[in-house]
Amino acid sequence: MDFILTEEQEMTRQMVRGFAEKEVKPGAEERDDQERFSREIFDKMGRLGITGIPWPEEYGGGGCDFISYVIAVEELSRVDASAGTTLSAHISLAGWPIFKYGSEAQKKKYLEPMALGEKLGAYGLTEATAGTDAAGLRTTAVLDGDSYVLNGNKIFITNAGEAEIYIVFAVTDKEKKTRGISAFIVEKGTPGFAFGKKERKMGLRSSPTLELIFDNCRVPRENILGQEGDGFKIAMSTLDGGRNGIAAQAVGIAQGALEEAAAYAQSREQFGQPIANFQAISFMLADMATKVEAARLLTYQAAFLESRGLPYGKASAMAKLFASEAAMEITTNAVQIFGGYGYTRDYPVERFMRDAKITQIYEGTSEVQRLVISRYVLKG
Amino acid sequence: MDFSLSPRHAARRDEFRDFAEREIQPAEKDYPRENLRRMAGRGYLGLPIPRQWGGQGEDFLTYILLIEEISRVCASTGVILAVHTSVGSFPLLYYGTASQKELYLRRLASGEMIGAFALTETQAGSDAAALGATARRVNGGYVLNGCKLFITSGGEADLYTVFATVDRSLSSRGICAFLVEKGTPGLSAGPRERKMGLHGSATTELRFDEMLLPPANLLGSEGGGFRIALSLLEGGRIGIAAQGLGLARAALESTAAHIAASGQCGTAAGQAARFILADLFTRLEAARLLVWRAACFKDAGRPCTREASMAKQYATDLAVQASARCLDLWAAAGMSLDNPLTRYFCDAKVTQIYEGSNQIQRIVIARELLKSLAKI
Repeated sequence: MDFILTEEQEMTRQMVRGFAEKEVKPGAEERDDQERFSREIFDKMGRLGITGIPWPEEYGGGGCDFISYVIAVEELSRVDASAGTTLSAHISLAGWPIFKYGSEAQKKKYLEPMALGEKLGAYGLTEATAGTDAAGLRTTAVLDGDSYVLNGNKIFITNAGEAEIYIVFAVTDKEKKTRGISAFIVEKGTPGFAFGKKERKMGLRSSPTLELIFDNCRVPRENILGQEGDGFKIAMSTLDGGRNGIAAQAVGIAQGALEEAAAYAQSREQFGQPIANFQAISFMLADMATKVEAARLLTYQAAFLESRGLPYGKASAMAKLFASEAAMEITTNAVQIFGGYGYTRDYPVERFMRDAKITQIYEGTSEVQRLVISRYVLKG
Repeated sequence: MDFSLSPRHAARRDEFRDFAEREIQPAEKDYPRENLRRMAGRGYLGLPIPRQWGGQGEDFLTYILLIEEISRVCASTGVILAVHTSVGSFPLLYYGTASQKELYLRRLASGEMIGAFALTETQAGSDAAALGATARRVNGGYVLNGCKLFITSGGEADLYTVFATVDRSLSSRGICAFLVEKGTPGLSAGPRERKMGLHGSATTELRFDEMLLPPANLLGSEGGGFRIALSLLEGGRIGIAAQGLGLARAALESTAAHIAASGQCGTAAGQAARFILADLFTRLEAARLLVWRAACFKDAGRPCTREASMAKQYATDLAVQASARCLDLWAAAGMSLDNPLTRYFCDAKVTQIYEGSNQIQRIVIARELLKSLAKI
């Protein structure tokens, strides 16, 4: 136990921070205004190796641990949470299930170009009737010769439309309920696979969120991930790690808001002195700082456990719950410290606050995390 | 970044937990002499003191694990241990001469002597430099006059580290630290404070009336006392943070067992209770990481001012919050004095106050935050 970043982790932080400051931060406000995704930023992340940080070098990855990965999500989110969620969905939700459950051929064909940043990934689980209760899926996949025929709709899919590779969950055997769900790798451009409406959102506005529509979409049989019936297990285990990516995103948003608020409090003068001198403000900043640190430690701990091959379900649920709640509180207080200016779009804290909200909702709401955590703590 | 306890730390923590559960009796009223005797028997009263001076030579993290486990069973014993070690023994270790260490540190480490610390006065709480106790140079040493307040183990301890000023006009640079043995003529302890909690820990005034001390009882240099007091802050704060952690765990573990046994767990109606516990156990994990990180930084010799303050503020706020919420979950059964929960709740409150109130911790954290931004 040391609580000190390794050289590799520290280098990852410096590299991603430099990239985020130089390439991501400058256009963040404009992209948010215009609800515009930047493929160029993702391409640049690919060239720097950010898109494959935790995957083995043989699949084009960086061969780093999951702490390095969450640091990358955190640093991107510190300036632009949309960029953070692009990477988080790409690595945790799309790359991870292929890495964990994919065949050698699937890893070569899909994980490698994703790791290299040549292709962007997405994850399609949620449906209109299956949100928190993922077992309520209605999308079906029927084996017909050498392919599965998919029918149904997915909603709220991050990176949709832009991504080339989708992990899609569908029911292959309705009788077996959760054991009758299977996971498929579906490529963009497959006949019968189209995109529905693009959501107009409160936050994460430069991260595209669309509907996926499958209308007699034929997916090659070899694109099933794992075995028929493995889908629910794959979906749930993917979310365990995905939660950690969202926790990192929340830590980054909170850190960004804290730094903005602290700097503003030092420069803004009222009653003849910087408002940071007033304890009403400085105590708020102190609590914000402590909570960001605590959230970061919980997040790195979950990533550490995953890297070590130890159970991390409880740790990642705690990290996600704590970090997302902290991010909402901290960004709200950051707007408060900025006062009227904070409410305007001339300063980034209102964007941080809008972006923070979704971290309490997606990849398992805070309520779901509490349910998961309470199962662990009441077991003993 | 490594988050796992080393096998050695894990083994010692298990040993401390086992010891605390078997051997420590919660002190509800009297000073826990028997608990201290048993801890001394295990070498726990000198755990982080080097072997050279009769201690076990363990690192600070191990000591923090001990405070947490002892406080989980008895927070009164926990605070006596923390004061004895963090501010009773460490100043001697850091600043004592060889002969002072031989005479006192060895006996503190073995538990033959219990250590205490006397800084606070009526007019000098958070602003410790404002203290009024005086030390007058005379032939043959110093004569001390004044009165200290809220002294843990007052009247019970065998050795006090006492702060007094040789020259008030020098402000903090006039402050000296002295080693004062129980029984020194002119030293007297007031009656025990009647407190809301920590009933087993004696808290008294300490009076010095023309108390003569030989020059050998000056700790460190003349005028160096305030620096000594400041250098003990971080270790002291992390120790109290561990006490808060132990209290929060005690409340949460007993309540989780109670709720699990209630049979309401799986129902939709049981969700409110489950969710409260989920939040509190999550915060407990956050507090644990903050406390252990501060201890690891201290062991590594890294600066840990902000880490210690964050740990102290967060873990002790949690101790109060958790014990209060647990009382809600037990409902009427929680209010019974037969339920240790009322003790946890009453004991927890003071952890937000002593060793730097949590408002002081926030001042420190904000200062460190604004300083770090200035550097970027």
